[in-house]
Amino acid sequence: MSKTLTLNGQMISAREGESILDAARDAGVSIPTLCHMNGVGDVGACRMCLVELAGSGKLVPACTTKISEGMEVNSDTPQLREYRRMLVELIFSERNHVCAVCVANGNCELQDLAIHVGMDHVRYDYLYPAENVDVSHPMFGMDHNRCILCTRCVRTCDEIEGAHVWDITARGIKSHTITGLAEPWGEVNTCTSCGKCVMACPTGAIFKLGATVAEMEKDREKLAFLKNARERREWV
Amino acid sequence: MQDEVATLLEKTASTERMAQSRYSQRIQVCMGTACMALNSEQVKTALEHAVIENGIQKQCQVQRVGCPGLCSLGPMLRVIDKTITAEANEPRETLYQQITPEVAPAIVTSLTPAAQPTSALDAHRCEVADTFFKRQVKVVLEHCSHIDPERIEDYIAHGGYRAIQSVLTEWTPQRVIDSITKAGLRGRGGAGYPTGLKWATVAKANSSNGKKYVICNGDEGDPGAYMDRSVMEGDPHRVIEGMMIAAYAIGASQGYVYVRAESPLAAKRLRVAIRQAQRAGLLGNNIAGSAFHFDIELRLGAGAFVCGEETALIASIEGGRGQPRPRPPYPAESGLWGCPTLINNVETFANIAPIIDKGWEWYAGIGTAKSKGTKVFALTGQVKTSGLIEVPMGITLREIVFDIAGGIPNNRQFKAVQTGGPSGGCIPEKFLDMPVDYESLAKVGSIMGSGGMIVMDDSTNMIEVARFFMEFCMDESCGKCVPCRVGTVQLHRLLSKFVDKTATPADLIKLEGLCKLVKHTSLCGLGQAAPNPVISTLNYFREEYEQCLKPSP
Repeated sequence: MSKTLTLNGQMISAREGESILDAARDAGVSIPTLCHMNGVGDVGACRMCLVELAGSGKLVPACTTKISEGMEVNSDTPQLREYRRMLVELIFSERNHVCAVCVANGNCELQDLAIHVGMDHVRYDYLYPAENVDVSHPMFGMDHNRCILCTRCVRTCDEIEGAHVWDITARGIKSHTITGLAEPWGEVNTCTSCGKCVMACPTGAIFKLGATVAEMEKDREKLAFLKNARERREWV
Repeated sequence: MQDEVATLLEKTASTERMAQSRYSQRIQVCMGTACMALNSEQVKTALEHAVIENGIQKQCQVQRVGCPGLCSLGPMLRVIDKTITAEANEPRETLYQQITPEVAPAIVTSLTPAAQPTSALDAHRCEVADTFFKRQVKVVLEHCSHIDPERIEDYIAHGGYRAIQSVLTEWTPQRVIDSITKAGLRGRGGAGYPTGLKWATVAKANSSNGKKYVICNGDEGDPGAYMDRSVMEGDPHRVIEGMMIAAYAIGASQGYVYVRAESPLAAKRLRVAIRQAQRAGLLGNNIAGSAFHFDIELRLGAGAFVCGEETALIASIEGGRGQPRPRPPYPAESGLWGCPTLINNVETFANIAPIIDKGWEWYAGIGTAKSKGTKVFALTGQVKTSGLIEVPMGITLREIVFDIAGGIPNNRQFKAVQTGGPSGGCIPEKFLDMPVDYESLAKVGSIMGSGGMIVMDDSTNMIEVARFFMEFCMDESCGKCVPCRVGTVQLHRLLSKFVDKTATPADLIKLEGLCKLVKHTSLCGLGQAAPNPVISTLNYFREEYEQCLKPSP
């Protein structure tokens, strides 16, 4: 069954049971998102995709709200734009998002979103928390300074890989992503090192080792080894 | 078989009444948390010893009861003396306050036949009782402080489980729902959603596996609020009976009571009550010989405030992290383990049995047009007599603060009353004559809430009040959504600037903008209501904020 609804004054069609977000994207209307990721369940936590329902004027997350016949949705009002900008400002004020020295600089959804909503400065106090960087895993690293607690890694690891290495501990501003039972990532033996969390992370919080500044290691012995192998047929 | 339960109730009631009538004198000691913290347990032991020493154990009974309400004057006890009749042949009842184990024997001595008039007890006679109780109407708390909460026999002797017995034998579920709807009962957890409508929605919801659940929300966490705790401590069977009636009406077979571990006494009394009801055959399979099965499990919460939010509470019962999720779907449609779930507050359930027993017409006769019945409030702050009160809806704030609580102590002036805890607002003096009901409170920017009521005098700094509640919300935010997790921290920092008098006019604009953001974009009620104390103090006490601005250079 397909349904018809109005999005920003335009009539659009949608499948029954579809979310407002999917229907909008089908119709070519982009709604900014951060915690949403295709392929994993939605939690409606970042509040970036809030849209306004006509009539009640209520704001609902487009990712978790199902469409209904005759629904009138506004995804782009001056008020929503202001709220989105403020939300991005709040995220930037929460942790230490320093793009210039971030592994994801230029490839970051948070950075893109900040540009999209026109956030040129942050009006709130930076909280400058003291955060750790966990590089105990042989292949990957976790930089809590960049984490925005979107839980995309948690859901990816749980729903796709089935390992549930990631989760959240504590509450409020003290919330933290953890691996295993709050152990160093390298010591978590349920981690399959599949790297899906690296793909899922919207920022530079979870990254591949070897990708950051001053991490390149060179193996110059290899050249001598190759020469020796070729000339003397010695492979050790 | 159905008659068997009726007989059982009748027999238990008459045996209990007979056992109680053997005593001509009764001393009822409050064993609620507040009085127990003030040694009421030792008072009770001292009384029991004194009764034996004076050789009057055959006529005088020392009884444990729930909270009578005058919590600031504890330990409280009531002496009922049938040997002396007061007006209209009623036995004489005397309330005593601030009783210590040392004073206790004097009370027993005064009850002996050879008692001499003494002035030793004069200082302990409760003088404020008349004014304190005069305006109150006890429906939810009618048994609290009159029965022993740990004895099912006492509850049955006071008419307990009569409602569920008649519902099971004579009523259809539809008739139960209709009665609750017509009674006009609204959810006592804070939002005031019509209870009958909620029940009807769950009753009509389809369950994929045929299961439905009833949850009693006892996760009371507002600062200064202890209404639900007192009900669970003082009359746990009343809550169980309400849940049973609800389960019958919606077709549920399993119930959960969610109590926070910080209320150990409430949890203990409920556990005892559930076991007693199971033994009496009132919980379990084929209750009262009918096809109705229902059992209740107690779940302890770890004390996160957000678990009072229904979806977070359900997640917590399921064993998950206590975090809310976006609604819809509402629990009525998809709640505990994906099944239709009815979730009501403790006080709501405590209202059910009397509505069934005395009829919806009686209940609808109390209160205002849109808010029926009574409301229990925990009255705290700068009032002469604080404590637990139950008043009819529509009573004015002035009556509560000045008539019941005796006004403001130390010759100070009334400034504001805060209702609804961290989700509510501050109501200034100009609204003192406003009736207390859901709509009126919402109109002035506060909420009914679960029933916390904090009175403040003119020495109170309203910005500090707002900051206190913001700090509470900041600590209790679950951290799931951005506006609540970060917004409350930024609001707290801004408020601190005002308290420190370092705020600029730009901060005032920021404060208002941020309040709006957090209110409108947060995921659940905690965040959506977190700015309310700031918004209401900005509305009514704006000059205090303006006075705190840093002088421009």
